[in-house]
Amino acid sequence: MATIIGGLTSSHIPAVGNAIAKGLQDDPYWKPFFDGYPPIRDWLGDHKPDVAINIYNDHGLGFFLDKMPTFAIGAAHEYRNEDEGWGIPQLPPFPGDPKLSWHIIESMVAQEFDITSCQELAVDHGFTVPMQLFWPGAPNNPDMPRVVPISANTVQHPIPTLKRALDFGKALRRALLSYPEDIKVVILGTGGLSHQLDGTRAGFINKDFDQYCMEKIVTAPEELTKITRMELVEKAGAQGTEFLMWMMMRGALGDKVTPIHANYHIPISNTGAGTMMLECAA
Amino acid sequence: MNLAEFDHHAPIDGTTIFDGTQAMKGYALNKMCYSFNAAEARETYKADPEAYYDRFGLNEAQKQACRDKNVLDLIAAGGNIYYLAKFAGIFHLDVQDVGAQQTGMTKDAFKEKLRKAGE
Repeated sequence: MATIIGGLTSSHIPAVGNAIAKGLQDDPYWKPFFDGYPPIRDWLGDHKPDVAINIYNDHGLGFFLDKMPTFAIGAAHEYRNEDEGWGIPQLPPFPGDPKLSWHIIESMVAQEFDITSCQELAVDHGFTVPMQLFWPGAPNNPDMPRVVPISANTVQHPIPTLKRALDFGKALRRALLSYPEDIKVVILGTGGLSHQLDGTRAGFINKDFDQYCMEKIVTAPEELTKITRMELVEKAGAQGTEFLMWMMMRGALGDKVTPIHANYHIPISNTGAGTMMLECAA
Repeated sequence: MNLAEFDHHAPIDGTTIFDGTQAMKGYALNKMCYSFNAAEARETYKADPEAYYDRFGLNEAQKQACRDKNVLDLIAAGGNIYYLAKFAGIFHLDVQDVGAQQTGMTKDAFKEKLRKAGE
């Protein structure tokens, strides 16, 4: 069976992609952010997962408003990173694991999560930036795991509830634990934390709420399900709803996790940037 | 059916909830912005913006908001920020330019506001 070894969270801000392309890791603005990653890379180097399930939200590359899946699962041999329109450098394709994808899809639908399967899915910065942060040079990193992208809608309301996101993760866990092959899997929840790009409230960041979320997601994720979606918009900002990806990730880790590393820094671009490494009980 | 008859959300200051009402209102505008993922589309737009607006069926309010590059007007006309970012990208406006414009601040003042949120 598949073993879920842990969960990683990261913001996926496009400006980070540009900073990596320009080699700004030691620049004073960027250093406090990039310093959050080496301990996680060391952990990944020690554990070498075979597969990374990257839970992210598309920002208008893979999906448009004509058809907007609430939950979409990639089922492709590879995932292309395409032009998003505003100049972030494009990366070569990421290798998929369609056999595992279809196992997850079968299992999720059997568990009554009626997802959208995607045999083609262009992946944007929400997917690629965390991959670059965790596996420098991605996808051309020698330890690069195969990937299964999972995208949840935070573009258009109604977005999923926090409870549904956590439950999705729990169902994903059951799907993985029923996979017959012995593979090591790491789960990524990317996006957030608090930020708002639009409206006269643009530039809203909420440090207290971000820190509350980073604490509770370790010890009491169920408590976070009491937050309504409109409360999430109010407290995390209109785009802070990306925290749903963290909830999905957390659900897949099981009840007990050990926090190995965390970093939080304001601001990166317009965002409170959070990074975490949670290890699953062996 | 008039979707505006239904109010699904308590108001949050300075925030437009991009829901079904907004998504229907802004469909043409957002579809045009989505096309800007392709470099070729960006060039076609730059060569003749007015023809490009008509091709996607933008209404007058949407066209004017595009001509003015006014983000609050674009949102009021149904624009979604993730798609509008692709429009802004054509003019090399980043999210701090967009934030500064919407809040009536200079870019430096807006960046300082962001920095202060970390204190």
